[in-house]
Amino acid sequence: MLKNRGRTPELLFQFLTRFSGSFILILLCAMLISLTWEAWPSIQKFGIGFLFSTEWDPVRGNFGALTTIVGTVLSTAIAMIIAVPLAIGVAIFLTELAPFSLRPIFGTAIELLAAIPSIIYGMWGLFSLAPILADHVQPWITEHFGFIPLFDGPPMGVGMFTAGLVLSIMILPFMASVIRDCFLMAPQVLKESAYGLGATTWEVVKDVVIPYSKRGVIGGLFLGLGRALGETMAVTFVIGNAHELSISLFDPANTIASTLANEFTEASDPLYLSALIELGLVLFMITFIILGLAEWWLNKSSPGGKSR
Amino acid sequence: MTLRSRSLRKFVNLVALICASVSALIGIFFLVWILWEITGKGISSVNWEFFSELPTPPGEPGGGLANAIVGSIIITLLAMVLGVPIGILAGTYLSEFGHGRFADLIRFITNTFVSAPSIVVGVFVYSIMVVPMKSFSGLAGGVSLGIIMLPVITRTTEEILRLVPVGLREAALALGTPYWKMVVSIVYRAAKTGMITGVILAVARVSGETAPLLFTALNSPYWPSGLTEPMANLTVTIFNYAMSPYEDWQAKAWGGAFLITAAILAINILSRLFAQRGSKK
Repeated sequence: MLKNRGRTPELLFQFLTRFSGSFILILLCAMLISLTWEAWPSIQKFGIGFLFSTEWDPVRGNFGALTTIVGTVLSTAIAMIIAVPLAIGVAIFLTELAPFSLRPIFGTAIELLAAIPSIIYGMWGLFSLAPILADHVQPWITEHFGFIPLFDGPPMGVGMFTAGLVLSIMILPFMASVIRDCFLMAPQVLKESAYGLGATTWEVVKDVVIPYSKRGVIGGLFLGLGRALGETMAVTFVIGNAHELSISLFDPANTIASTLANEFTEASDPLYLSALIELGLVLFMITFIILGLAEWWLNKSSPGGKSR
Repeated sequence: MTLRSRSLRKFVNLVALICASVSALIGIFFLVWILWEITGKGISSVNWEFFSELPTPPGEPGGGLANAIVGSIIITLLAMVLGVPIGILAGTYLSEFGHGRFADLIRFITNTFVSAPSIVVGVFVYSIMVVPMKSFSGLAGGVSLGIIMLPVITRTTEEILRLVPVGLREAALALGTPYWKMVVSIVYRAAKTGMITGVILAVARVSGETAPLLFTALNSPYWPSGLTEPMANLTVTIFNYAMSPYEDWQAKAWGGAFLITAAILAINILSRLFAQRGSKK
């Protein structure tokens, strides 16, 4: 009897924690099921062709996801091309170059900047960056590089190029702080011995720090990639929202997330709504696969394996 | 090693270090620029009316975003009520009982969920709450932010509970304390500061979220009147006002942007100071 009374809270506690732990798995399944359920009319009507059709005609009820998928991938690619080298540079600066007394301050500043909400980046992009791009940067690029079709377009300030740029600035502090944490894990002894052999700072970074932290850095880059793919507000403000495929980066475009943000509450027709939810499902799958790969990669890399 | 190769190495080193410094400068330049613009354009709209009055139609002077501020606070509190307890218990599960394959799966999903696109969570809550209840609602907004908060809290809780020394646990268990009591009164107490910091940071993170609120809480020009009705909130108001063609609305959007950025940065800094003080004790 006495023993039993002691067991009850124990079991209850175990059950509660286990249930809460399982909750996130339940949530994942519920999301997949409910999104598929709501997207079903669209899945049924357009089939696999949904992913390859560029048509987006709410009036006639024809929907395809290709422009938004291309937009999502392209804006993310631009963001990564700009942000990855910068983030690695910032991390090198933070771990090797900044004066010792200032490192915690710089480090905290980077982490704080990673916390700024994305809607702020979007507003800044639309009202501060886009006019400058339209008046000064884009005309110059078109004049000198206009022979490349990528840079030949109307200098409107909003479009794929601006979206990629704003995204890169948004993910820069996030990636820089992850990469810095990885760099810091390189053992001091290894670095000191390399310095002792007469290596320059760059050689220490290139031959000791980066090889040692490579997996963590790649995982961090994947996390940044996942974030850029799913980012909504920073992109919605500046991408221009046009359902057209265009070779020029200066033309307005859209992404899955920006389409959802712009059209979701306007979608009166059930099929329209269903197509939008299918877009959400596609985005969920893409980001979950990318982030899952990053997670798997990081798990594999951390010494001792699973328990991070 | 010849002299030439040495000067070449020094040169390469110099170039690389200059590149790193320049990228740091570029990063700092853009981020200072953003904060500068937000402060410069936003601070002039923040006055007493901004905090105390309802919004006015475009063109009419005065008015504020009081309803949106209140709505944002309500939605965030709702999210905390839902996300914090489950998140802490789930984190406890992973740190105290999470050894098997199932726990690894949960850990994997949690870590992946932390960066999952928040707009998809909005679509999900739309289909499970807004559609059946036939109305956008503050409740749905709170649920969507709670879902986003959950994995963040789970992860920080697990990490912090793992830092509690094994000796402390063993000492309590050796005295015959039941496991659950050991966790609640020893482990939680030892990790209290860290757990609170984690919760505060998670709250700061979701309070800037816009995308999931677009199709759950929506927005409203009135005071929040009930949880089952559309509820005004700061971020969606910023979005709508910034995208509007009216200059006075755009000015209010900048004011809102300044307010929310300042609040989030302040919460972050305070929680860090709090964590530092806690760890020194």
